[in-house]
Amino acid sequence: MQKTGAQILVDSLLAEGVDTIFGYPGGVVLPIYDVLYDSELRHILTRHEQGAAHAADGYARASGKPGVCLATSGPGATNLVTGIANAYMDSVPMVAITGQVATPLLGRDSFQEADITGITLPITKHNFLVKDPKDIARTVREAFYIATSGRPGPVLIDMPKDVSAGMTEHLDPGPVQLPGYRFNKEPNPEQVARAVRAIEESERPVIYAGGGVVSGGAHGELLELAEMLLMPVATTMMGLGGFPGNHPLSVGMLGMHGSKYANYAISECDLLIGVGVRFDDRVTSKLEEFAPGATIMHIDIDPAEIGKNMGVDIPVVGEVRLALRQIIDRLKPRVASQWRDKITVWKKEHPLNFEENGHIKPQEVVREICNVTQSNARITTEVGQHQMFTAQYYTFTKPRTFISSGGLGTMGFGFPAAIGVQVACPDETVIDIAGDGSIQMNIQELATAVNYNLPVKIAIVNNGFLGMVRQWQELFYNRRYSYTELDNPDFVKLAEAYGAVGIRVNKKSELRSALEAALAVNKPVVLDIPVEREENVYPMVAPGEPIHKMLG
Amino acid sequence: MLHTLTVLVENSPGVLARVAGLFSRRGYNIDSLAVGRTEDPEVSRMTIVVDGDDRVLEQVTKQLHKLVDVIKINDITADEYVDRELVLIKVNADHSQRVEVIQICDVFRARIVDMGRKTLTLECTGNHGKINALEETLRPYGIKELVRTGKIAMVRGTKNTGYQDIGTKEEN
Repeated sequence: MQKTGAQILVDSLLAEGVDTIFGYPGGVVLPIYDVLYDSELRHILTRHEQGAAHAADGYARASGKPGVCLATSGPGATNLVTGIANAYMDSVPMVAITGQVATPLLGRDSFQEADITGITLPITKHNFLVKDPKDIARTVREAFYIATSGRPGPVLIDMPKDVSAGMTEHLDPGPVQLPGYRFNKEPNPEQVARAVRAIEESERPVIYAGGGVVSGGAHGELLELAEMLLMPVATTMMGLGGFPGNHPLSVGMLGMHGSKYANYAISECDLLIGVGVRFDDRVTSKLEEFAPGATIMHIDIDPAEIGKNMGVDIPVVGEVRLALRQIIDRLKPRVASQWRDKITVWKKEHPLNFEENGHIKPQEVVREICNVTQSNARITTEVGQHQMFTAQYYTFTKPRTFISSGGLGTMGFGFPAAIGVQVACPDETVIDIAGDGSIQMNIQELATAVNYNLPVKIAIVNNGFLGMVRQWQELFYNRRYSYTELDNPDFVKLAEAYGAVGIRVNKKSELRSALEAALAVNKPVVLDIPVEREENVYPMVAPGEPIHKMLG
Repeated sequence: MLHTLTVLVENSPGVLARVAGLFSRRGYNIDSLAVGRTEDPEVSRMTIVVDGDDRVLEQVTKQLHKLVDVIKINDITADEYVDRELVLIKVNADHSQRVEVIQICDVFRARIVDMGRKTLTLECTGNHGKINALEETLRPYGIKELVRTGKIAMVRGTKNTGYQDIGTKEEN
């Protein structure tokens, strides 16, 4: 039977198990939107294409399934770019579909033409420009295969209008054949054997767990390995939730704003076991003094990560879940008790803390949210101080419950991502912990949340500053607060104007009841929480310093 | 140190941009790059000369492998291989100099492919060093125009770095 390219596209998405896409219509995607008009495929209309990309990203991070977004050519496509780059940096499986001008108009600077495959070359795992309707079904299959297998990442499909409008036979593309695309699932047994020996010989081992544990579903194996040898586990921000934050072996987050005891443990260990990590500069700071005396083991699906930033003694390339399982199966249990005692002492001597006073402290907001939800919510964040406070003071116990922009550090990510999370998890509590700066970068998505009755809660930790930049100006630029103070709108009225609920928390004593009230409403709620204006995120490793030298 | 990589890629649009873009954004230096199709019209072969130490080369190779269009990479630097560059040189050669230039041509086994009133155009193939030597020898006469290709290379003997043994999917 002959179908239009657009029909084949939508049918192919359904065949890949897609239930929801996030998008925004426009000229060259009219054939696709005409099919969506009466399709069973659910389409969420955002108010900006960036919102659609982040929503697809949040959906993917919460569900583990690939997120899908759709935009028109030119400005629609370029508006997706930040969202695609964000997904690329955090290895999130995403398929972005863009319309393109008709093939005869390509390359002529036509109306709303942008070379989106060229633009997204460095920020996609792969991308396609489909030039023939016959290629659509195969391209969609390949795109989903590439996005979700190996190290996940975003894939873009650019589809000219005449391709989506053209008619052809819809043939099943069959299994994927990509001779140039391969990845190691199974780790090399010799590497595993070396890893086992190193663990057995070490006296002061530390696990450094990252986003790969969460996306690779290896949290169970990680817990098993840690408990087997009573090894302390430090997680990166992306790894939060990959190991229960309330577990006695957890030393919390490491790195620039990590806990002192995590950074001390890393600095004094004799074996560092990196699992699904990439030795990012926000974690390692001064590389030469990162785990200086330790044997470095690195377990990752992506061979290119081995040795990219840090010299590695024992590489284990493969799926982290399989690699951990094989290590566990060969390992003899043994406990490094002296080491464990040392860490317990550090934990007692250098706890995470802040001074309370009459004002609401941002840390208290996060702690209260954690208490009220009993760690049983999906938390998204924007980027900045509130994000670091959330990483420090919310206890994440389950994977995929902390959803935040790590690698790219995208302000404006958290709220649209929360919309995607709520779509993926309709029965769960979803809270975007936001800053007053970040929230205004995608605040238009309040209309989307209200429109689809997605009861996302936004807690604006409002200090009237771009807080993290202000903190750096305070510490490193002699308190010259250049363009970091914000004159904000009335967030409560703004929420109400969009048809959401707005609540202002005026005093410390109202904080808990306001949070409870917000959670009780089955509607989107904006909580405006004015906090101490010049609170800083501590501990902190100043740029270029080794991670054991911490301020605060 | 200079390394010679032979890279088999899908002959798809944009593949050169993907490879070149990878080098520039990750800060690797391409010394030369030559690309053309192989015995299989669906597959192109790039010969890339890269400057870098072993660590850089390891990263280059691994990052190239991540490109979906890249099928196979061989670092043949340590192998015995044949390599060639091609150069076309238009050199000043009036009556008084013409004989000398033709003699130089003979020494380098270059060929004269065109002749103007005051110039000769030579074609020469050879490895990097030979082409450099020819260029230096002709420089005093006045080189009007010069164009040279990147290096292409093939391993000697029966060892195959082509597309046929792709079934093994070995990564070098």
